[in-house]
Amino acid sequence: MRLFGFRGGVHPEAAKHHTERRPIRRLPLPRRLYIPLQQHIGAPAKAEVAPGQHVESGQLLARSQGLISAPVHAPAAGRIVAIEEHPAPHPTGLPVSTVVIETDSEQPPATVPSTEDPFTLPPATIAERVGAAGIVGMGGATFPSAVKLMPNPKQPIHTLIINGSECEPYLTCDDRLMQERPEAIIDGIRLIRHALQARRAVLAIEDNKPAAFAAMAAAARQSEAVEVIRIPSRYPMGWEKQLVKTVTGHEIPHGQLPGGIGVCVHNVGTAYAIHRCLRTRQPLSSRIVTVAGGAVRHPQNLEVPIGARLEELIDFCGGLTEPPARLVMGGPMMGQVMPHLRVPIVKGSSGVLALSAHEVDDGPERPCIRCGRCVMACPAGLLPLEMGARMRHDDLDGAEALGVQDCIGCGCCSYVCPSKIPLVHYFNYAKGELQNRRQEKAKSEQTRQWAQARSERLAREAAEKAALRAERAASKAQQKRPPHPSKEPL
Amino acid sequence: MIVITPQAGPHVRNPGKVPSLMAKVVLALVPATLFGIYLFGLPALNTVLLCVVSALFFEGLCVRLVNKRLGLVLADGSAVLTGLLLALTLPPWAPWWIAVGGTGFAIVVGKQVYGGLGQNPFNPAMLARVALLLAFPLQMTTWVAPAPLFSPAAPDFAQSLTITFNGAAVPDSLSGATLLGQVKTDLDRGLALPQALGAHFSPLGQGIGYAAGSLGETSTLLLLLGGLYLLWQNIINWHTPVSFLATLALLAWVFQQLDPTSYAGPLYHLSSGAVMLAAFFILTDPVTSPATRAGQLLFGAGCALLVYIIRTWGGYPEGVAFAVLLMNALTPLVDHYFKPRQYGRTRRGKPLPLPPLEKMAPSRRGRP
Repeated sequence: MRLFGFRGGVHPEAAKHHTERRPIRRLPLPRRLYIPLQQHIGAPAKAEVAPGQHVESGQLLARSQGLISAPVHAPAAGRIVAIEEHPAPHPTGLPVSTVVIETDSEQPPATVPSTEDPFTLPPATIAERVGAAGIVGMGGATFPSAVKLMPNPKQPIHTLIINGSECEPYLTCDDRLMQERPEAIIDGIRLIRHALQARRAVLAIEDNKPAAFAAMAAAARQSEAVEVIRIPSRYPMGWEKQLVKTVTGHEIPHGQLPGGIGVCVHNVGTAYAIHRCLRTRQPLSSRIVTVAGGAVRHPQNLEVPIGARLEELIDFCGGLTEPPARLVMGGPMMGQVMPHLRVPIVKGSSGVLALSAHEVDDGPERPCIRCGRCVMACPAGLLPLEMGARMRHDDLDGAEALGVQDCIGCGCCSYVCPSKIPLVHYFNYAKGELQNRRQEKAKSEQTRQWAQARSERLAREAAEKAALRAERAASKAQQKRPPHPSKEPL
Repeated sequence: MIVITPQAGPHVRNPGKVPSLMAKVVLALVPATLFGIYLFGLPALNTVLLCVVSALFFEGLCVRLVNKRLGLVLADGSAVLTGLLLALTLPPWAPWWIAVGGTGFAIVVGKQVYGGLGQNPFNPAMLARVALLLAFPLQMTTWVAPAPLFSPAAPDFAQSLTITFNGAAVPDSLSGATLLGQVKTDLDRGLALPQALGAHFSPLGQGIGYAAGSLGETSTLLLLLGGLYLLWQNIINWHTPVSFLATLALLAWVFQQLDPTSYAGPLYHLSSGAVMLAAFFILTDPVTSPATRAGQLLFGAGCALLVYIIRTWGGYPEGVAFAVLLMNALTPLVDHYFKPRQYGRTRRGKPLPLPPLEKMAPSRRGRP
């Protein structure tokens, strides 16, 4: 199959060899699970259970709120201890509403295979079930998957792309999943293809994962519904825009989603979750997590119930060999720094990295020498050096004019920067500030409209009152007046 | 400078850092420098040392005055590089005050007054070279014929100190002229080019660099070697040097075809003067050249055009320094107009049009 290139990108050291050959192990069920109510993009779920209540494995804990939202389920049977604020898996560690479950036993939840054939279900029902299972994008974006499966007659999907690129260094959770459970993934892809009524389904795997490619190609041979292709290893290949360009040759026009050009992208982890949801009626309540980094004693992939705290994972992997220089959730390129180990695994946690000092090695920040490496590396076609210079002087308008909103935050610019300037940090700040500004503007516009409506209403009411008064006065005057007004007395 | 601990990724970085980049550029210049010192003897060594040491001194002085971190700034290696580059463009037996004054001008006026590394609009070494040439034309055009180390004509240690620090005149037996200067004079005297060239020009000699000239500019081949090393190490892009050298060669070839008696050929232009040094070490200065590939191509071509014009029709035999400064001044404009196309947008910034459906939609593959 013909492939297409994309602009920019980098080749970071993959560092996947620590974990890519070790089988996935199941984390023993922790005594307590901390399940945040918001683990996805969109509105937080609303709790349906009360403290003290006993829940079964897979039972609904919190209901989805609105279209862009996802429900949350119990990963294991147990008693609800509390619904209270706990640190979020976020750099700030700010508290978020969390359901705390004290688990009953260490038994894994029983699976009941469903007897019905999901291929007989209408596409809308599949989307509905995926939504009810709380499945979100497992690559880290955590966008509710059901929204992307909902049939849209205006934008029919012709190509389904399954993202098996896993371009982030260190992470091997998708790699291991593809090596160990290829049939389930292929089944999931076929179900998504059925839901979307897509003409083709392409599973794209970076060429640094030959074992995963072989396993998937063998599994796909049976049904011929899925084309398994090898794509070059180049970060950020796994970012939706770059992947669509590589596979189809088309860029997603600015302001459009992949659906705009008839393409839909899902992650292999999502395909696996959809397979589980439709074949065994299990909601999304566990995921594969790569535990790696120079400070971890036995790096490996774990199958972890949602809500297990990072410390449980690290302990199971033999603990830390040194105090980590940086603790990261996700990959080392786009992952987020974690404040400590007492935050839970959520649906989008693809990895837990305890990076040692020599791996982080930022060095001192120096002035920009305008070498242009960031310009060459930027897959979005931006000028990071110019935008960074603007942001250093808090020139938000200047940065916006240069297109900082189009920054995908992939980190290629900061990665190649010889002056070690934290460019992504600046751009995230810029994007946040611009978002604030938009909200402020919308708010003041709303206030202005309301104020205007009020003054119009007051004016209208005053006019109505005046008219009424005038009418009354007129009618009164008429009543007082004699029916036949006499002329001036003679 | 505010030091922040970034919370955003990436959490691993490419190992390349500014000091190592600068160190590699200096390393690439070492062969040409050593050759220059060999060719012109101990006074040349004095010039190099004076430039490098005074560059560090002036950089440190400026950094102290504005209370920046001295160690951090000096360690970036940019001052050493500026000093070395200036030394390579000076006459090898230049008096000490040319070296020190020129370096001071390069570092203080050329770089630090703008805010230091990364802020200067003009290449500091070229700025200083032009300033020296305009202010001290005699000293800046006093060339010496090669007098290699250990040869009878070479000055000994004491003599070298006299030459550098006491302004001893160059003995007549050693005074020489650069090829560019000699040919220009001959042409001005009404000689036809073949005669003017025939007496002085041998491509091989110019390539090796056994000729009068600036301290480190004579050996075209050693400079080319250093440039290839920088390309191999990914320190510089090929765009600027290739476009510069190719444009210069093309111009020289076209004019030679038009009138071989007045215009010298590509080999003459490529192998003489500061062209090789400029191609790989001056034009590729990241601070003062465009940041995009298209911009770099234009920048190199523009420099070549100016070099050819100044050399051929201008008042100076060599025009690299002037050409570089003129193009440096254009860099912000080039950067403004030569931006990469953003993903999903046209060059004008509008969203891309949707591709036609029949082009996008593939035929059905396999059974679901």
